[in-house]
Formats: sequence, C-alpha cells, structure tokens
Amino acid sequence: MSRAGTCAIAGIANTPYTRGTDKSTLDLHLEASLAALADAGLTPADVDGVLPSASAGRTAEDFILNLGLRDLAFAPTAHMGGASLISSIQNACLAIDAGVASCVLVPAGRRGYSGERISAGRGVMEPIMSTLVEFEAPYGNVGAAQWFAQAAQRHMHEYGTTSEQLGHVAVTCRAHANLNPQALMYGKPMTLADHQASRMITTPFRLLDCSLESDGAGALVITSADRARSLGRGDALIAGVGEAHSSAPTSITQKPDVAVVRSLQVAAARAFAMAGITVAEADTVLIHEGFSWYVIAALEALGVVKPGEGGPFVADGNIRLGGPLPVNPHGGALSEGHVSGVNHVIEGVRQLRRTVEPARQVPDCATVVVVNEGNFFDGTVLVLEKGQ
Amino acid sequence: MSSRPMPPPNPLTAGFWEAARRHELVLQRCACGRFRHYPQPLCPECYGGDWSWVPVSGKGAIYTYTVTHRPFHPAWAGQTPYVVATVELPEGVRMVSDLPPEDTEAVRIGAPVEVFFDDHEAVTLPRFRLVR
Repeated sequence: MSRAGTCAIAGIANTPYTRGTDKSTLDLHLEASLAALADAGLTPADVDGVLPSASAGRTAEDFILNLGLRDLAFAPTAHMGGASLISSIQNACLAIDAGVASCVLVPAGRRGYSGERISAGRGVMEPIMSTLVEFEAPYGNVGAAQWFAQAAQRHMHEYGTTSEQLGHVAVTCRAHANLNPQALMYGKPMTLADHQASRMITTPFRLLDCSLESDGAGALVITSADRARSLGRGDALIAGVGEAHSSAPTSITQKPDVAVVRSLQVAAARAFAMAGITVAEADTVLIHEGFSWYVIAALEALGVVKPGEGGPFVADGNIRLGGPLPVNPHGGALSEGHVSGVNHVIEGVRQLRRTVEPARQVPDCATVVVVNEGNFFDGTVLVLEKGQ
Repeated sequence: MSSRPMPPPNPLTAGFWEAARRHELVLQRCACGRFRHYPQPLCPECYGGDWSWVPVSGKGAIYTYTVTHRPFHPAWAGQTPYVVATVELPEGVRMVSDLPPEDTEAVRIGAPVEVFFDDHEAVTLPRFRLVR
C-alpha cells in the first residue's frame, strides 16, 4: 500500500548542537518543539499527538504539562533505541490517516556530552539490554563502540574492508560538515591521514570512526499533506516508511550474520515498496551512523551496492556531495552532531525545501532516504519526496 | 581497582551460573533437541517450554572480536588493551568473553578456543582462551 504522500513533515527545528550545556534533556526537547511548531505556523494548541523519545526518558506528561496540551489523543512510544524516531514517524502517519490525530509532535535528542556520556562510563543500559548486562558486561563488552566494532571486524574478515575505507566515510562526513555552520565540526577539516593517525579506541575503530558525544535536540511536526500545503509547508511528503525487528535485540554478537544488517534490508524493502521507488531513485541518503562502518553496512543493506562492495564504493568518492549518491550532506552524527537521528530527518526536509547552504544543496533533490539503526540492528527507513 | 560488573540474580539462568561454580559449562537444550543461548523461556523453533541444562565441551572458535584500547568500564582501567571475543560453539550458540592478556596479539577470527573458569567472590565466570 503506498502512503502516496498522505502525510507531510510540516515543521522542523533544532537547538544548537553543543559539547556542554546547562539545559536538561526536557529543556532541549521543549525548545525544539516550540520552534518546530512555529516553523509550521502552528502553536501547542494545535497538537493532538505527541510521540516522546523513550531513550531520552521523555513521556507524554512532560509535554502535556509544559506545552499546556488540552486535548492529546495519541501518545504511543517506540522502543527501538536509535531506530525509534522513524518508527514514531510511522505511528504519526497511521494516526493521521486513521483520523485519530491531526497534528503530531515528534521530539528527540540527548545530552550525550553533558549527561549520558559513554566515554565517561555514563551510557544508559535500557531494560532491553538485560541479557547483555548478564552475559556480556561481566566480560567487558559494555560500550556501543565495542558492539559495532565486532560487526566491522567480521565485515573486514569476510569482505576485505579496510580501515582506510572506514576513514573515507569519516572524511566525507567531515568535508560536508565543513560546509554547514551549525555542525560541531565546522571549521575543523580532516584528512585521511588524520583519520589513520587518530588513536585506536577498539579495533577496527579509531577515534574518528566514532560519532560525536554532543548535546542537542530536534523536533518534527507531522500533519496531513493537505494541511501542510495550506500552511505553505508541503515540501516534505512522507512517501514511505518501514520498520523491521528481524531478530531478538539481545546483542549484536547474537545476530546470525553480524556483517549484514538484515533488519535494515527488510525495513528498506518495505519503505521503498510503500513509496513505489527503488533505491536508485534516491537523490541523497541520510544514515544515522553511530560509527563510520555503519554507513558501509547500510549502503549494502539498502541495496545501493552488493554485500562487501560498500568499502570500495565509499573510497571511490561516490558518497561525496557532487558524487552520484551524496550521503549525510550535513555531516551526520560523525561531524554535525549525534542527535538520535532527528538531525538526519531535519536535513532531509531542508534539502527538499532548498534551505541549506548552496554548497551543500543536492541538485534537484526530490527523493530523500533516511536510515535509523538502534536496539542492536533493528532498522527503520523513511522516504521523503518533494511536494508542492 | 574496581571490579567487573557481575551478573545480577536471575531465576531463569541460575542453573547456568551454578554449573559454572562447579566449573562446568551448561547450555539450555529444548526437548526438541535445539540448543539456545542466551537463556529464554521458550524455544523459538518449536515454542516448547520443556528444556534442561546440558553440559557441553566448551571448545569453539572465534567468530569475531575487538581489541579494546580504551576502558569503557573502570574494571578494565589499566588492563588495556584487552580482547572482547564472540565465540561460536559447535552447539550453534555464541558466547562473549574477554581473553587472557597473553592472547591479545594472537587472536584471529577462526582461532580455536576452550573454556576456563574464573572464580570471583560470589560468581564464577566461564571464560575462553586460545587453544595453544
């Protein structure tokens, strides 16, 4: 069934992305929410659905209280870790199509530097991770970098992927961030030699293979496409969404094949079928990448290249702005900020609106694919198409 | 020195840890014959809830690994670099273990490993090391 663009992202906003903040996660979510509503030409009085971020510890009550919501009709919470945002976008579309809600607010973001900072041992173990706490943490497998590193190591073993190829992902994201004044790494160029010289964190990941620990939030306002058009905000139609839970999210180490992100293959197939497109029609792909390797794995799972071809593909410059398939023109989680993937969706909308810096604008951008990953390889995929 | 995070008590898995205390590695085996790990109430193949703890050899091979240079937990401060390995057992299950320091240089995917038992105050951890 095609969504046929019945819903749209009518409002977007983000707080500044920082490394250090006095604000609480709730402060950041409220700031982004009010700005996204204003961007859509709406107010909190219009909101009848809110999809809070469980991984940020937020609840509907936070928004009912602080935004004075009087008639909230719909407030489900997705529990897919870093894949939750696009799952929530799907929930918003289902509610709007069914007439359950008409204006749905989706806030996300974190205090990844000032709060749950992983490198300082302050990462949060969510309840879903109980098996990891019992059977892996006692052996020192406690950080996301270690979980993904083991997948990357296996990928290198099976396909010959190299550290330099991972580096090309990091260098590409950094080059894009250097065209984006709101990126944390704006004004900080990086070469492949810099990547190769950066200290090893957990093999094969060096420091510059890891996404940024940052503070910030973003928010989306989703309405029917008709309402978005009447607000003058019909640029970003939601053409397709897919989510997939392809195996029990106990740990990455337990996946049948850790070199393949199977749930992303499934989620992408669903989203592309719903949108009636093939991946070849994507003008840009935005991949919420905790680590450089995940971009390579995601390109393979999306079907852009075959399994094992991702490394050479990125090394050949294919994912740069100006190349055949620009990836993360904002700089991604590696160089713009790690904002639970909401910055990737916001960038997709801005590309369709033509409101990014000209040097970052993907020419004639009409079809945007956004990828989320979370919960140990659960995958979600969003297809946005340019509307009028 | 901070100590390792230890497994919290869990009625479903108590038999696994009790066996480790006796220096025995056991796995859940369903009445249908299928082994599974990590422990769970039902078999995902036949949906049956009848199972038992079955002793296994503890001989396997490295499926993947990472050499960690930066401690993500205070227990490993001063212990880096150390290897976290995912081990595949012939029963078709995987287990995670850090390897002894002498294995850091030699670790390879596919390398054979064997179980050994690391006794702590309240818990014994089944761990793996390269077969020399």
